[in-house]
Amino acid sequence: MAYSEQEILAGLAEIVSEETGLPAETVLPEKSFTDDLDIDSLSMMTIVTLAEDKFSVTIPDDEVKNLTTVADAVSFIAGAQS
Amino acid sequence: MTGTTDVVVTGLGATSPLGGDVRSTWTAALAGASGARPFDPEWVERYGLPVTFAATLAVPAAEVLTVPEVKRMDPSAQYAIVAAREAWADAGAPEVDPERLGAVVSSGIGGIQTTLDGWDTLREKGARRMLPMTVPMLMPNSPVAYVSLELHARAGAHALVSACASGSEAIGYAVDMIRAGRADVVVAGGTEACIHPMPIGAFAASRTLSLRNDDPAGASRPYDVDRDGFVLGEGAGIVVLESAAHAAARGARVYARIAGVGLSADGYHITSPEPSGDGQIRAMRAALADSGVAARDVVHLNAHATSTVVGDLIEARSVRAVLGDDADRVALSATKSMTGHLLGGAGALETILTVLAVQERMAPPTINVANPDPELVLDLVRDTPRQLPAGDVAAINNSFGFGGHNVALVVTSA
Repeated sequence: MAYSEQEILAGLAEIVSEETGLPAETVLPEKSFTDDLDIDSLSMMTIVTLAEDKFSVTIPDDEVKNLTTVADAVSFIAGAQS
Repeated sequence: MTGTTDVVVTGLGATSPLGGDVRSTWTAALAGASGARPFDPEWVERYGLPVTFAATLAVPAAEVLTVPEVKRMDPSAQYAIVAAREAWADAGAPEVDPERLGAVVSSGIGGIQTTLDGWDTLREKGARRMLPMTVPMLMPNSPVAYVSLELHARAGAHALVSACASGSEAIGYAVDMIRAGRADVVVAGGTEACIHPMPIGAFAASRTLSLRNDDPAGASRPYDVDRDGFVLGEGAGIVVLESAAHAAARGARVYARIAGVGLSADGYHITSPEPSGDGQIRAMRAALADSGVAARDVVHLNAHATSTVVGDLIEARSVRAVLGDDADRVALSATKSMTGHLLGGAGALETILTVLAVQERMAPPTINVANPDPELVLDLVRDTPRQLPAGDVAAINNSFGFGGHNVALVVTSA
């Protein structure tokens, strides 16, 4: 069963929060992973790995560089389901 | 001997089975408390472990660290960071040029919980699910790397590995760094976090653990006739070491000096100590010679004494061989009776206990010695702490490790 975009945002915010220490409610769709959330490449790959596991999707390494904002990640994960 | 290259202790930090910091650990040690407790019974049922208890941290690291810190550090690094923060604050967070600040933090086993978690993930979910932080978390230099990062220690960051001697060897190496002029301040110690079914099963397989499952608090009993092995512990001890000149210039409080370091190797057997104690004797003699302290000035000794049948007595005889009749005046403490055996953290935690014993002139007790081994040729401090003489005093902390590593540190009053 597929997750809604709302559920994906909530789940992703929780992963980002645990990785960065930022409150989950500050992980908003328009935030940039690098510029706003200060996430380095190793942390980004950790988030990607945890998100793949949580949402049962595959996010190819080539795709990760295109995920600039939280919204980009949410929409990629939503589209990658099923 | 006093000179500008004297090395003094100006900060202490610990998280141990007796307490979440140095003061609570010391208070519990003077009270003769035990840190041993039963662990998750499911481990026993599921894997058939012959041992059902260990000396786990009194205050879990997750209670004092943030969620991201817990997620990106192996427990061995978490404990080191908890202890390092306390030690650094205790030293007054000294102003020091980062290139004159070093870090030496050892672990005997390394990031084994991360290693095992990574293997579980690989087997259960495949390579795609392995976390990118696995390698930086499992590497044995990870604890010192995090300490170095946190304190901006750039004179050098080192992780010496010598099993259960690691924590003392780290402190010895830090002393050398300061004496050699490579650093003014070094944060040094040891850490261990391997209370997990696999290492417990492995230590049990080597027949070194106590099987006194009906009495965890009474299981670690160095020098008692009924001792049957060590109690696995976990935790970290970190000290801030400083050249005496640097400490004096900033008006730092000085706990004690690390006056001498003695190192040797048995070159004899992978686990058994050399029966004559030759290696241990050479380490203690080297430490005394290095310190300039005479045998008659040694009033206290924190023994490695892990509560194994063979090891405890070899050490006692070695101490007698080194100190001769002067050993009669030495208050011997085997604090693993209370803390359990912290492996790579043991030497550092016991250095802290030795420093406090020297500073407060109070030797901590050895508990659980109902019937002292008749072959023990030393004066054991039993059950309650013992006052040490006033005036200038010296103490020795011994640490020995699987592989035949011997480290002796001489601690003298400030």
